[in-house]
Amino acid sequence: MEKKTALYEMHEKCGGKIVPFAGYLLPVQYPKGIIHEHKQVREHVGMFDVSHMGEFTLKGKDALANLNNLLTNNYNSLKDGYARYGIMCYPDGTTVDDLLVYKKKDEDYLIVVNASNCEKDYQWMKEHLFGEAEFRNISDEVSQIALQGPEAVGIISQFTDDIPARNYSFRENVDIGGINVLLSRTGYTGEDGFELYCRNEDVCALWQLLLDKGVEPCGLGARDTLRLEAGMPLYGHELSDAIKPNESNLSFFIKFDKEFIGRSELEKAPERKRIGLIVTDKGIAREHCPVFADGKEVGFVSSGTFSPTLNKAVAMAIVSTEAAEGNEFEIEVRGRHLKAEKTALPFYKRNK
Amino acid sequence: MEVREELKYTATHEWVKDLGNGLWEVGITDFAQSELGDIVFINLPEVGDEVVKEEAFGDIESVKAVSDIYSPVSGTVREINKEIVERTEALNNAPYEAWLIRVENVTDCVELLDAQQYQEVCEHE
Repeated sequence: MEKKTALYEMHEKCGGKIVPFAGYLLPVQYPKGIIHEHKQVREHVGMFDVSHMGEFTLKGKDALANLNNLLTNNYNSLKDGYARYGIMCYPDGTTVDDLLVYKKKDEDYLIVVNASNCEKDYQWMKEHLFGEAEFRNISDEVSQIALQGPEAVGIISQFTDDIPARNYSFRENVDIGGINVLLSRTGYTGEDGFELYCRNEDVCALWQLLLDKGVEPCGLGARDTLRLEAGMPLYGHELSDAIKPNESNLSFFIKFDKEFIGRSELEKAPERKRIGLIVTDKGIAREHCPVFADGKEVGFVSSGTFSPTLNKAVAMAIVSTEAAEGNEFEIEVRGRHLKAEKTALPFYKRNK
Repeated sequence: MEVREELKYTATHEWVKDLGNGLWEVGITDFAQSELGDIVFINLPEVGDEVVKEEAFGDIESVKAVSDIYSPVSGTVREINKEIVERTEALNNAPYEAWLIRVENVTDCVELLDAQQYQEVCEHE
């Protein structure tokens, strides 16, 4: 049985089309549709219920050493009030999950993981903790709204001056219309914006405050088209227990200046690579579609959709490093071969 | 959701209009377009192609998903709506005007539903 987030009734009230996703009932879209919501975020502002995401706290003297051991990134230089992306690997280099680590202060971290992996991550981390480390799953107590788009700052500044100035920084105990919020300058859309963490009992009031400012709600559909245009990986697609981060062009987040689980496998040169494709024939390539080069199968589509910004079908694919050098590909979609051209990722980059 | 009295329907969410002179017009219903969401591509057969009842004669791609369109009749495609291929949003905005194909030489037909029966089908989905 799927869980409901604390915002479930708000979604129904806003006309959301509810679907099961990662164990939760969430809106895939609202009445105006995915393309409208997508453009709203690219050009103005939109908000998403991302309360399904998992949150853990990790505290204690050995918290930092544990993060460095569990995750591919290095957290030594992470400052108070900042967040850093990380990937958690199995010893064979494939991926447990990708996540975000927030440093509140020394020995006090917040970790945000994918909903679909929450229980698995919790068990994995618990089994591998050492030393003095107090670890808790607080997912059921926390709700989260992502406010994304170029006008997000303008919305937040109507409530507070206490705004995290830099990307991947955050402020705690920010007062948004009387609601206590952890305000993080992060997101999953390729736009400027915030993720607002609050208690479950406050989230409907927070949603309503934003609605009253004219912010339109957006669903999972637009969240996917936005992150895909921005070339951002999604677990189960670009990362999985069969895909290593260095096969998905995420080597920047693997730091070999320390020990971590999966290190020895990730030191080897990857045999596959993630590329961006624009489908030039009519049709949409979706995940799992086989990718061909010179008549030979060289990989598969990890995510594919219609890009509302480019007005074209786009896809990310994981292909052999050799094939990744080429420019012309074919993708098998429902028995037809569609032509596709390689293009640099991301498909969309905002003007800063 | 709109269901029109003057049309006939299939349980797979196509509508059918008898244009007389043995010509049948086929489209997708308001329910279908609403379920699919924003439609961005459509593949149709060519004029002169045979369509067979209960078999797919084309597909529709929305941002979310791809969906087959099933033929309510067996016959020959006399016309396709070329305009709709270029302006797929018309399928979302006016599904009962946005016909897809016109079929002639109809030899067979599925059991069609009237508006009320079709309404009931939708309510059970």
